[in-house]
Amino acid sequence: MSDLIDDPREGENAPEFSVTELSGAIKRMIEGEFSHVRIKGEIGRVSFPRSGHIYLDLKDDRSVIAGVMWKGVAARVSTRPEEGMEVVATGRLTTFPGQSKYQLVIEDLKPAGVGALMAMLEKRKAMLQAEGLFAQELKKPLPYLPEIIGVVTSPSGAVIRDILHRLRDRFPRKVLLWPVAVQGEQCAKQVANAIDGFNQMTPGGSMPRPDLIIVARGGGSIEDLWGFNEEVVARAAAKSDIPLISAVGHETDTTLIDFVSDKRAPTPTAAAEIAVPVRLELLAWIEEQGARLTRGLEQGLRQRDQRLRDVARALPRAENLLQTPRQRLDAASDALPRALQAGVQTRRVVLFEKSGSLRASSLTRLIETRRQALGRRSDRLTPVGLQRDITRRREKVADLSRRLADAGTRQVQTLKDRLTGLDRMRETLSYTATLDRGYAVVRGDGAVVKSTEAARQANALEIQFADGRLTVGQDGTPTPPPPVAPKSTPKPAAKPKPKKPASPEQGSLF
Amino acid sequence: MSDTPVEEMSFEAAMRELEQVVGQLERGDVELEKSITLYERGAALKARCEAKLKEAEEKVAAITLDGNGTPAGLTPVEGM
Repeated sequence: MSDLIDDPREGENAPEFSVTELSGAIKRMIEGEFSHVRIKGEIGRVSFPRSGHIYLDLKDDRSVIAGVMWKGVAARVSTRPEEGMEVVATGRLTTFPGQSKYQLVIEDLKPAGVGALMAMLEKRKAMLQAEGLFAQELKKPLPYLPEIIGVVTSPSGAVIRDILHRLRDRFPRKVLLWPVAVQGEQCAKQVANAIDGFNQMTPGGSMPRPDLIIVARGGGSIEDLWGFNEEVVARAAAKSDIPLISAVGHETDTTLIDFVSDKRAPTPTAAAEIAVPVRLELLAWIEEQGARLTRGLEQGLRQRDQRLRDVARALPRAENLLQTPRQRLDAASDALPRALQAGVQTRRVVLFEKSGSLRASSLTRLIETRRQALGRRSDRLTPVGLQRDITRRREKVADLSRRLADAGTRQVQTLKDRLTGLDRMRETLSYTATLDRGYAVVRGDGAVVKSTEAARQANALEIQFADGRLTVGQDGTPTPPPPVAPKSTPKPAAKPKPKKPASPEQGSLF
Repeated sequence: MSDTPVEEMSFEAAMRELEQVVGQLERGDVELEKSITLYERGAALKARCEAKLKEAEEKVAAITLDGNGTPAGLTPVEGM
């Protein structure tokens, strides 16, 4: 026996199915068994493809069931599935044999109880708040006295009646009622549409645009009021250019629209009270203002009148006011001519005193005095002194030049005397004097002959005596002496040679 | 005192100014000439307010919607 191929054993009678047969059997069984189920669970992954169908997972802590909501159902169901939402789904199970899968075809989807609803509401609220839709700056002021009030509510029921009654009591106005379903699946869509519709109307048209909108609904369960918690309603209310009062449910109910409306009224009746002032009170107020107006004017006039009287009374009489100045004027005008005369008189005296001393003789005297002083001074101003001075200087110059001449003459004489003395001394000391005593000087060829040798060599000898010179040749013949020069000392004639050697001995003679 | 003609004023604006005018007149610190002008203005404002108050007329109409939920007309609503 091989394990590789199926080989039914003897006695086995289990039938064999094809895959399709089995799948078909499973499908029949599941769809038969679970043709209508309600499942409570948390929504897991949700997707909204363009087809309009909604695919979502329902899960609890251990298991997951895939679900689908066909387009038609999705449009009808008021709860929009969101991930994490606790829901109760109603539907049937179906299989998809092609992929061995099964899924829940959802026919209705509702939040699982109040807790789940509130959690969802909180989530929406947080989202819209983050978008700034609740900001106080977006709140528009309500008109003090609206001309036309648009009311969004159910046409039947107590709410519109309450609002109209209260408006009638306070201040009858024109009211435009936009009928909507205030609960159920259509509620949110219709309310949002109504708010948008009112905003699209034109002021003064055939359907005139209201200047105030009231969105109202009576009390009910949270499910009943749920339409007013829908995002679409909240967004429409926030977008509305017309101021909007929300009045949904009782005072304790707070719906999402209350956060975005410009004013929240606890009840529809209260909304009517907020919407309009009380006409009779206003009329009374107007009357009162009118009375105060008249009274104010009258009082103003009365006060002025009174003040005028008071002031007029305090005003002094004109004559009294003028008496004192008039007296002063009189006194002054009396004093005026006197004062003029006195003034002239005073000045005249002063003039007289001044002019008394102002005579021509005194001026002449003054001139005379000055002239004398001038004369005295000009007397002193003569050339005598100067001439005397010049003479003195001239004499001094003559004296000095005389002294200079004398000094010169004296100097020359002294020098002349000294020269004479010296010359005498020279004569005394000269050899010529020796000649007188018999000595002679022998010269040969102009030079003094001091030796016989020199005499022998000389061509001619000249002998100088005291009374003249004598020239002798080599032969010893004298030559006539040359004419004696007219000198004070004639040249001694040349002496005979023997005499000559005596000359050197002359020194010893002295 | 605003320059807006009284005939064009809203009820609320007329009311507010009337109140101011009355206050000014009552204080009595305006000149005589001006107090008379003020009084005249106040009287006109009061008349305007009264006229607006007389316009109190109840008229209720319901909007009829067509199949798409857009307004198609108005129907008077009686007896509510």
